[in-house]
Amino acid sequence: MLEIENLHASVDGREILKGLTLSVPSGEVHAIMGPNGSGKSTLSYVLAGREGYEVTAGRATFEGKDLLAMKPEERAVAGVFLAFQYPVEIPGVPTATFLRTAINAVRRARGENELDAIQFMRLVRGQAKKLGISDEMMKRAVNVGFSGGEKKRNEVLQMALLAPRLAILDETDSGLDIDALKMVADGVNALRAPDRSMLVITHYQRLLEHIVPDRIHVLAHGRIQRSGGKELALELERTGYAEFGENAAA
Amino acid sequence: MSVGTLSWLDDLRAKGRARFAETGLPSRKDEAWKFTGLNKLRALGLEPSGPPHGLSGLSGSVGPLPNGVALGSLAELLRRNPAIVERHLGKLIDVDRRPMAALNTAWIEDGLVLIVPDGVVLDRPIETTWASTGNETVYPRHLIVLGRAAEAVIVERHSSKGGFSNSVFEIALGAGANLRHYALHEESEAALVTTTIAAEIGRAATYQTFALTAGGGLVRREIEARLVGEGGSVRVDGAYLVDGRRHADTTVLVDHRVPHCSSRQTQKGIVDDHGHAVFQGKILVRPGAQQTDGNQSSQTLLLSRDAEIDVKPELEIHADDVKCSHGATSGRLDENALFYLRSRGVPEREARALLIQGFIDGALDEIDHEGVRETFKAAAAGWLAKRVAA
Repeated sequence: MLEIENLHASVDGREILKGLTLSVPSGEVHAIMGPNGSGKSTLSYVLAGREGYEVTAGRATFEGKDLLAMKPEERAVAGVFLAFQYPVEIPGVPTATFLRTAINAVRRARGENELDAIQFMRLVRGQAKKLGISDEMMKRAVNVGFSGGEKKRNEVLQMALLAPRLAILDETDSGLDIDALKMVADGVNALRAPDRSMLVITHYQRLLEHIVPDRIHVLAHGRIQRSGGKELALELERTGYAEFGENAAA
Repeated sequence: MSVGTLSWLDDLRAKGRARFAETGLPSRKDEAWKFTGLNKLRALGLEPSGPPHGLSGLSGSVGPLPNGVALGSLAELLRRNPAIVERHLGKLIDVDRRPMAALNTAWIEDGLVLIVPDGVVLDRPIETTWASTGNETVYPRHLIVLGRAAEAVIVERHSSKGGFSNSVFEIALGAGANLRHYALHEESEAALVTTTIAAEIGRAATYQTFALTAGGGLVRREIEARLVGEGGSVRVDGAYLVDGRRHADTTVLVDHRVPHCSSRQTQKGIVDDHGHAVFQGKILVRPGAQQTDGNQSSQTLLLSRDAEIDVKPELEIHADDVKCSHGATSGRLDENALFYLRSRGVPEREARALLIQGFIDGALDEIDHEGVRETFKAAAAGWLAKRVAA
């Protein structure tokens, strides 16, 4: 589903990804673990198409298509979804309006009918309820005044509604207490499917107790340093990232 | 009986005429007009050279009015009951400091008069419209007087295709009165508008004004609000959507003369193309006006390289126990928000439009009156739709 080969990427002229190679087959959940500054967030932004992240070499294909040649919105339409580490606040735009605009933009681009207000509400209500998102939250401006947990649940709601083929979860556990983490993880696990892959990016092993991956890759110094099964997380929990050159302070 | 035979009115006009003869049209050399030139008047052949020609209209059904309410045209009231007009007209505006008001005063003829007696509440908005189709020049003169605890809602609607309107509002609010005063500018770019408002706010009275400027080649609103009774409050809010070569100017003086009053000025706008917006907001706290709470803020989105905003906040404080603040920001659309929307499949153009719409709606949410708020939101959406289609 996702094939990354020898990817090099720079931000402000500084090379962050230095030859990253990774393959995520259809239906699998892969975790990317790594110390701070290893390039985890850069990888997620490069895959989602954020401006300012310059790919200098290598390639990334998604279902055989050249992902890097696509605009961010085209990637979303093709089925790539990034759950943000820091979901963005958009004052003045109600959450419901935002969700409906996104769903209909994707449906339009996929040649499907746009949803009217009633169809939209019917679709959203069920998903929102599972994630503990109230009607009142739907009326509030996107992420404005949301708690950390509400923001992350809102990300999972968007993921559920857009039904991506590849979901990239960037530090979804950051800023969450254990209850909020469980709720978010349950939401993500409910979306696991044979035709859906996930790339779970995290610093800590904690999240992977709740979203159990098929494979774990250790990212450091801009490259995958080691890959293994889910037991790799426990080993990293014991040894830390010292072996990969992270100093104790980081 | 012709209006012109009232000697006090002749004197008032003569005063305006004499003052305007001295000053002429303001130029950029005048401090208050530093960012706003009137050369568009010359360019369009609308430079004032004599009496105005054209009519300012009053429309909108307000239903049966309670006893004692005077609502109608100034010209008519001058014929029917000049004494009540004489009591108020020309009393609140200082033509020496306001050249456009001097010009207006020189040719006082007609406008809207609303006089509401003590305790009377008018719920339904009263509308004044200016919808010229040609090159008329009009100097509407409006007079709003609310008695103790009286309430009213006024909506100015501007939808002209051309011409020049130079209006003056004189507003006197008695103790506990509440006036909500809204303005919607949807003129074409060939129409020019200057409005001067002088409001005197009595004890525990409230004056709220909100202008949405979505049209007009040049729109300047000059507002002087004087708080003369304790517990009074003023809000001067607005949203400006300035594209093409349009120019929108809001110039405010809030004059805190007595203690325990509050004032707020919140201006938000979008400037695109070669548009130019100006916000000059001054809070004056006179000696002894303790416990004043004054705030002003402006927030502008600049959507093109040639778009321009000039903000001049000013605090002049002569009392020591006051709370006054101001803040101004201007910048581009939030790139993070734009990427967030695009990453959800929303095309860039639509994402920009949604962010702009959100910004505008946030500004219009300041409008207290629900019906007016919806009307203004529709007008803003219309502006946005035209822009997106262009």
